[in-house]
Amino acid sequence: MTNTAAGGARRALTLAGRLWMVPVVVAAWEIAARAAESVYFPPPSAILARLRELWFSGPASRLFLSDAALADFLPSLGRMFGGWALACLGGIALGVAIGRSRTLAGFVDPLVEFGRAIPPPTLIPLFVVLFKADTRMMVATIVYGVIWPVLVNSVDGARYVDRLHIETARVFGLSRTVRLFRVILPAAAPKIFAGLRLSLSLALILMVVAELAGSATSGIGYELLYTQQNFDLPGMWGTIVLLGVLGFLLNSSFLVVERRTLSWHRGAGRTGTTDRSN
Amino acid sequence: MLDVVNLTHTYGSGPDAHQALGGIDLSVSEGELVCVVGPSGCGKSTLLRSIAGLVRPTGGEVRINGKPVTTTPDDLAVVFQDYSRSLFPWMTIRDNVALPLRRRGLDRTARRAAAAEALAAVGLESAAAKYPWQLSGGMQQRVAIARALAYRPSLLLMDEPFGSVDAQTREDLEDLVLAVRGHHRMTIVLITHDIDESVYVGDRVVVLTRAPAVVAADLRVDLPAPRDQTGTRELPAFVHLRAEVSRLVRGKPELSMTPSHTSKE
Repeated sequence: MTNTAAGGARRALTLAGRLWMVPVVVAAWEIAARAAESVYFPPPSAILARLRELWFSGPASRLFLSDAALADFLPSLGRMFGGWALACLGGIALGVAIGRSRTLAGFVDPLVEFGRAIPPPTLIPLFVVLFKADTRMMVATIVYGVIWPVLVNSVDGARYVDRLHIETARVFGLSRTVRLFRVILPAAAPKIFAGLRLSLSLALILMVVAELAGSATSGIGYELLYTQQNFDLPGMWGTIVLLGVLGFLLNSSFLVVERRTLSWHRGAGRTGTTDRSN
Repeated sequence: MLDVVNLTHTYGSGPDAHQALGGIDLSVSEGELVCVVGPSGCGKSTLLRSIAGLVRPTGGEVRINGKPVTTTPDDLAVVFQDYSRSLFPWMTIRDNVALPLRRRGLDRTARRAAAAEALAAVGLESAAAKYPWQLSGGMQQRVAIARALAYRPSLLLMDEPFGSVDAQTREDLEDLVLAVRGHHRMTIVLITHDIDESVYVGDRVVVLTRAPAVVAADLRVDLPAPRDQTGTRELPAFVHLRAEVSRLVRGKPELSMTPSHTSKE
């Protein structure tokens, strides 16, 4: 009992130790902004008030989300997760295929290197021509922008599956499907997850870029543009803060999922069974 | 049951080519336990990998029950030396043992039952829900043996299976192999660099020369049936045989100036 209490206290202290900078920075910002009295740099208190007014003034039953929040968040998150999911599926499927086939890799590698070198926003005009400036164009931008980390990491993960794992699978006559889902994908999972996490943060960026460029009529990116054009600077800052918080939450939730899925990897790493030195 | 006919294998080509096997002839009959020993790097593993269909030999043939081996044979299991890389760390012990049984056309329940039985045979029934990396090296190798047992192969290949465990565990595992072999009638080819082990475990000891390896000697082990780690090892026949195998393995100096291989058979 005292042990857990002490442990809890210690954890709280560690957390406080890590987080004490946040209120300090916010307070300093508040003081500096109030002293400067610049319209372009409203104090955090004004930003938070505007943020609350814009999106978080709804009823408690809806987690305080206002109608505007639903109208903005849902399309944005839909585009982002839709694009991310498509890119993940395509990236993993293609990546594992390339990683496991020398022939395919030989053909496709130069194309992949070329493709990933193109900055995704430069393709927005092309996607606008292809899809008009609607949701499909935004999803296409997101998919193109975030598929590369998934693809490259999947290739890497699938290519370097331990030879003995593959030979064991061959000796025991595992079918191609079983080999793929029970051996190759799990073995490549640590690499694949690294790619997925990278691409999730990219997806948020590209969601905003696509909404800014695609003259969307709703969404967080649209709101950013709208507040800026209407000289609603606390609103604009509020949107930026919102995006930062969203990115932080996405990354944290992804880490929780990753930690659960790859618990074996951390366990095996800790006991040194994956050590190849001998 | 198993026939290896004039098997040769060369890695690479040109000046860097390395000939591992120089024409191996070997026959193993049903139910036999044959140990293959030889100096390290002599191509023992290449021989095993050719039998398992993991390496396509550059010459000669491997036949199992008269059928030439071209891909990994149906009725064969392998226990590798490196258990930590051969077991899948993302699966529990139970799943590791049960996974290959899909090929046997068993449903999930039957697979789990067979896995439990095999784990009980190696004394690990209580570890079924653990992960390989939560077990000691010796236990992991027992899991690998259980996986091979559950698969019920007619031919079991073991590639230096006890090379990475401590001496005590090694003796336990040797006895385990002898015990399970009594229960399940299977043919076993065990590759080892340990001369004592080859004589203690085997019905026959096949000695290979340095690479390019050929069979230097094929010795029958005539030791009484229930072998015992202390008792068997002090028998004059055991001591004599291990000395003979030892001479065959270590016989030639490291950098021999004498031309070609002088057969001691």
